[in-house]
Amino acid sequence: MTSEQPQPASGPDLSPSADPLLEDERGRVRRALSYGAKLLLRDKGGMIGLSLFMVVVFAAIFAPYIALHNPLQQDLTRSRQPPAWRDGGSWEYPLGTDSLGRDMFSRIVYGSRVSLTVGFLGVAIALSIGLVLGLVAGFAGGRVDNVIMGGANLFLAVPYLLIVVVVAAVVGRSLVNVVLIFGITDAPLFVRITRGEVLRIRNSGYVESAVAIGAGRARILFDHILPNLVGPLITVATFEMSAMIFYEAGLGFLGLSVPPTIPSWGNMLAAGRQYLASTPWVATYPGFAIIFTALGMNLFGDWLRDVLDPRLRRKGR
Amino acid sequence: MTGCVTCLTRACDGKEGKRLVSILEVSDLAVEFNTIEGVVHAVNGVSFSLDSRETLGIVGESGSGKSVSMMSLLRLIPEPPGRIRSGSAWFDSSKGRVDLLSLSKTKRAAVRGRDIGFVFQDPMSSLNPLMTVGEQIAESMRLHLELGDREARTRTVELLDRVGIPAAAERYGNYPHQFSGGMRQRVMIAIAIACGPKLLIADEPTTALDVTVQAQILDLVKSLRDELGLAVIWISHDLGVVAGLADRVIVMYGGLVAECASVDELYEQPRHPYTEGLLEALPRVDQDRGEELRSIEGTPPDLYTAPGACPFAPRCSYTFDRCRREVPPRYVVNNGHDTACFYDLAERRPRSE
Amino acid sequence: MQRYLLSRAVQSVLLLLGVIVLVFFLVRLTGDPARLMAPREASAQDIAELRALMGYDRPLPVQFADFFSGAIRGDFGNSVHYRAPAMALVVTRLPATVELALSALLFAVLVGVPLGVIGGSNPGSIWDSLARGVGLIGQTVPNFWIALIFILVFSVNLGWLPSFGRGHWNSIVLPAVSLGLFPLGQIVRLMRSAVLEIRGEDYIRTAYSKGINDRRIYVAHVFRNAAIPLVSMLGVQFGYLLGGSIYIETIFAWPGLGRMIAESVAARDFPLVQAVAVFTSLVVVAMNLLTDVAYALIDPRIRYDK
Repeated sequence: MTSEQPQPASGPDLSPSADPLLEDERGRVRRALSYGAKLLLRDKGGMIGLSLFMVVVFAAIFAPYIALHNPLQQDLTRSRQPPAWRDGGSWEYPLGTDSLGRDMFSRIVYGSRVSLTVGFLGVAIALSIGLVLGLVAGFAGGRVDNVIMGGANLFLAVPYLLIVVVVAAVVGRSLVNVVLIFGITDAPLFVRITRGEVLRIRNSGYVESAVAIGAGRARILFDHILPNLVGPLITVATFEMSAMIFYEAGLGFLGLSVPPTIPSWGNMLAAGRQYLASTPWVATYPGFAIIFTALGMNLFGDWLRDVLDPRLRRKGR
Repeated sequence: MTGCVTCLTRACDGKEGKRLVSILEVSDLAVEFNTIEGVVHAVNGVSFSLDSRETLGIVGESGSGKSVSMMSLLRLIPEPPGRIRSGSAWFDSSKGRVDLLSLSKTKRAAVRGRDIGFVFQDPMSSLNPLMTVGEQIAESMRLHLELGDREARTRTVELLDRVGIPAAAERYGNYPHQFSGGMRQRVMIAIAIACGPKLLIADEPTTALDVTVQAQILDLVKSLRDELGLAVIWISHDLGVVAGLADRVIVMYGGLVAECASVDELYEQPRHPYTEGLLEALPRVDQDRGEELRSIEGTPPDLYTAPGACPFAPRCSYTFDRCRREVPPRYVVNNGHDTACFYDLAERRPRSE
Repeated sequence: MQRYLLSRAVQSVLLLLGVIVLVFFLVRLTGDPARLMAPREASAQDIAELRALMGYDRPLPVQFADFFSGAIRGDFGNSVHYRAPAMALVVTRLPATVELALSALLFAVLVGVPLGVIGGSNPGSIWDSLARGVGLIGQTVPNFWIALIFILVFSVNLGWLPSFGRGHWNSIVLPAVSLGLFPLGQIVRLMRSAVLEIRGEDYIRTAYSKGINDRRIYVAHVFRNAAIPLVSMLGVQFGYLLGGSIYIETIFAWPGLGRMIAESVAARDFPLVQAVAVFTSLVVVAMNLLTDVAYALIDPRIRYDK
């Protein structure tokens, strides 16, 4: 076995600052923020990602003002109109119409509402459940820890999509159900991350010294553990939000998401699939909306991770 | 001004009685790092020379540029973000005298490990976890000495035995995680001396180790040095360790050489306020019990700005106007001793030019 | 190592037992599976008859004991739709899915590993940009959408490749590439960052200090260390592939498990749903166990750990 030796930071010793473990937490957050602001301006990816994402949020909030038509209004005389730049298209329906004559552009704009609702609320629920259970598991240890982690690992062992599909089929199609399904089935991931961080931080030198000088559990939790959890959780939340938007569209594609009357990107893909050869825009354009959103969130998430994860940053490259 | 660098390095040539043949001649080495926060001026013009069989101690605190300057001799700093801004380092390699800093990649690789062995600070992370220690030692011998597998293996076992690994033959096939920190550092030393180098550069090799293990490693390096006739550059932040090992010491501060002297002279008559401070911070056996150890006030220099003044000036109790305006040149104190300070510590007054 | 693998094996078995319990309750989330299974126009009496037929009218503990004892023997009852033993149906569909998943993984590895390694070895180069781009595409393009685009381009417009079925040798190209796109992105990202990180490790500096040339540094030192995270990712990705096959097999009419899941879920054929779910989990858990074995073989720190 190896002997336990102190392992000082390696690499060229350039940092003029003192031992990072002794740094004040709040100072660290402040430095991360100013570093982040600097990076956001310098790193094009993060800026582009944030902009793309803001466009989607904007579209979702102001959908009634942006949409050209009522997204539900059918007009069979105008069904399957191609996009404006194709032969037979018109700028009245810039992205064409679907088989029931509904305006594609307006439906895509309104579809962002479903996607963002599912993404935001789903992650909020998963994060809340995961944070609480993860903290409990990490702090309590022993049997409580075993039960919680056993449950979490169980969910993580089954292919995620399989659980989601089965539950969606059982509970039926509604927005609330979809949000709950994602919120609950995605919680185990957050449980695992939270617990891992709690254990890591509790065993670190600065928390041990805080305990040694008599800091209580609440103090450890609020001063040390929660601030350290912010980074990893926000980063994962960004990626999970993007993943949920994917999965919602996928469920819609299988006919298991929100009711078909609600315009959502997944429902639109599913409806357009059977006319793929004759009216390809119906199935493909909602996909661009998904990609646009996912691109924004992933670029932003990558950037967030670089800024918020001090372990990555300290590797310095 | 002080004039040419060569005169300076001459001034800092080795002890009397030794042959004055320098195997390494470094002048005006400057290294910087481009980071997102700005340019870090890590090394700002370092010159020194090293004789064959000489042991040179390089002392300084974190960020003084001691490790960076030595690693950049073999171009072992990551480039980018690192960049060698200027300097030359003439070295007597087995293929003639070469400037280490301007060698081609292939020729540089031929010097690394063959003529110069390197021991790093942290033995826990400096060995490849997926390769047996024997392989890691044999690897460079097969390359540089063109040994066959069997010869390389035999020699590796001999080396393991020489650096004090018990049951060396059985340990050949072990992985680093099966060794303790001290044992790993012994393996690192075996790697460094495997191909019979002239120069061994040790970058704080005992810092990460237990005190008892430190002493063992120190003894091992001493005996290897005498046995193999190695020149050694020993980087340390510990003047105490260096005192027992080095012939000559360079004290670095803020990427510059503060003082350079033979080890006895440095400890007896420090001529730089920083050295003086370091020595006062060192516990001594002959010290009165009641006497308190001093520490140097202030914080290490900001390396984000290029030096336009003495980097130690903000922390120095002798500082006067000139220290904040100019970078002090290295004033020769006497043969083999120089100090980069405008204040004459012996005379207790600013130097007159 | 034996002890490590043994404990992992025990964990896997426990996990599978847990999955059986989970699957039992998932179907009963709404309380009455019979109502879900019955056609919409079914009368209350029809539903009651169905309930009795499926045994859903018995007390829950009895149902559970019955289900559990059957499930560990691989007996999930008869599929309502096919009127045949559910597990037997699942097993006949397995080869097609394994073929698809392995092809997709092969595609992802063959393209992703070299691209990630080249990108990570030359940060800032055009290869690096390409690697980052592919990584981003894998994460942002839904596989069910790219499948439609592939059909549109390669089947409808160009007529190069078949858009459905498993009849011809080239039928697998479009499904495998669509399904492999996400793992491809993941692998590229992982390999790129692993190589980038390993390049900065102390032991790589040691290797350079020995005078080893770049090629040997990469082959003997960087790649082997990068293989460790890759192996553990492959295990995770296999589970993803089985999930993703639900879309891909549906779109390409690929006669595998994924399509069976979609169909049985749509038909509320719960015995079949349960059989597929447990069986798929079995495959995933087995793959993870295999990953652990591979992991132990590569990493001496695990192999020699008492």
